[in-house]
Amino acid sequence: MLEEVGTNTEGDLIINIGPQHPSTHGVLHLVITLHGETVKKVEPHLGYIHRSIEKMCESLSYRQFIYVTSRMDYLSSHINNHACALAVEKGLQVEVPERAQVIRVLLDELTRLASHQLWWGAMAMDVGAITPFFHAFREREMINDIMEETCGARLTMNYMVPGGVMFDLHPNFQRKVKEFVQFFRSKFDEYDELLTGNIIFQERTKGVGAISKEMAISYGCTGPVARAAGVSCDVRKLNPYEVYHKLQFDEVLQTSGDSYARYLVRMGEMKQSLSIIDQLIDNIPEGDFQAKTKAVLKLPKGEFYSMVETARGELGVYIVSEGGMTPYRIKFRSPGFSNLSALDHMARGAKIGDLVAIMGTLDLVIPDIDR
Amino acid sequence: MTATELKDKLQSIRQTLSFEETAEWLTVNVDSAEFHDFALELRDQAELDFDFLFCVTCVDWKTQLSMVYHLRSLDRKHSIVVKCKLDREKPEIQTVSDLWHTAEFHEREAYDLFGVKFTGHPDLRRLFLTDDWVGWPLRKDYDDPVNMIKL
Repeated sequence: MLEEVGTNTEGDLIINIGPQHPSTHGVLHLVITLHGETVKKVEPHLGYIHRSIEKMCESLSYRQFIYVTSRMDYLSSHINNHACALAVEKGLQVEVPERAQVIRVLLDELTRLASHQLWWGAMAMDVGAITPFFHAFREREMINDIMEETCGARLTMNYMVPGGVMFDLHPNFQRKVKEFVQFFRSKFDEYDELLTGNIIFQERTKGVGAISKEMAISYGCTGPVARAAGVSCDVRKLNPYEVYHKLQFDEVLQTSGDSYARYLVRMGEMKQSLSIIDQLIDNIPEGDFQAKTKAVLKLPKGEFYSMVETARGELGVYIVSEGGMTPYRIKFRSPGFSNLSALDHMARGAKIGDLVAIMGTLDLVIPDIDR
Repeated sequence: MTATELKDKLQSIRQTLSFEETAEWLTVNVDSAEFHDFALELRDQAELDFDFLFCVTCVDWKTQLSMVYHLRSLDRKHSIVVKCKLDREKPEIQTVSDLWHTAEFHEREAYDLFGVKFTGHPDLRRLFLTDDWVGWPLRKDYDDPVNMIKL
């Protein structure tokens, strides 16, 4: 699998980045063809963390398989679980109680915030700024504490069951979320001061790794990567699930499609997530947190597809059922996989230092790509 | 377009199609030899305008393989599922990576895990597994006594 590293017949340099490299945030291996300092080609080599989750799910029941997906995009684990639960509910035709729907959406948005905060800190570190990382983790810690209290875990929440959520909210939940929202709002200006308006940061990202709207669609990009290029693709708007159709929020769009635009989209999304939490936190309806379902779930014969908006884009769960207790075939359409395929297109012609900025704003999570 | 309108429109361009309407989206079965031309029509006909290929996968039905393509039109907001049956011994279908760039990676994944040969694909190699790996892991009859954990 490893390519011969050295020079090719045209005198171009071929080098490896990864699989162990801090800026890939995981075990991604890129083979790069360089002409001087200019990137001519980027070829991702995948599979270092491929666990074949799709095959594993074929032998797990409809209750069990949900929790394996926490290990795909571990920063959006709650949202991954959500997509799976939606697909199973579609098959069972279960109505989820409104309280459970609101809890799910609240935790989705908290997860999205935590994911974007980590991205913000890590991305800044990739382009050479260490300080933002500590700021981001200060706020992220508060979310992790909220998650720990309610779900029992900080990263792989596993809080979702088909028909609702596993148990009711912790009594401290509302108070702590309000404290967090207030705290994060008061610190958001720091984010802009540290990075958004920073001239060095702007120089590093403006015009770097641009992708046009047409190419973003053709490469199947979703999430902030596509929205930075002006593609309206927010699943929460286009195909609303749970209570999203009742909420007031904007789809953040940019047009330039470069790294800076992707940065701005995520910053805007954080503000939107805060506003969604504001709308819901005082309006959690009373009632059941879980619909009654049978102990052993059997989906009818057929195909079920559900999609949600994770922090990285559109996650699709495609279940083929033969009527048994386990899925016959399951496919996860992961956002990172399609976004990564556009990396070669974005990076061609850029300098090798810019490649890190491009990868940073793609916000790749490798287990999500490899599955 | 609604599913019924889509069905009427597709029937008017191609009579040989068969439809399934049980799932969420209209599902079209097309012969693998005609698939590429059909995909081109799906993308380029102004009323259809399927510009976004969001999921490509394969299902092993033990007697045959079935390729499944999920398509959406971002402007017209309709979706469709296209299926092609393939011979399990010699699965071959023409690539659509020339129509949608995203297919290039997705087809490599299907080749890696199911062994489907995509003719005309610019770079058909294994994606996740090593080049010397033997067999197609997501097929139902695949067995690996060393690496597989059976529950």
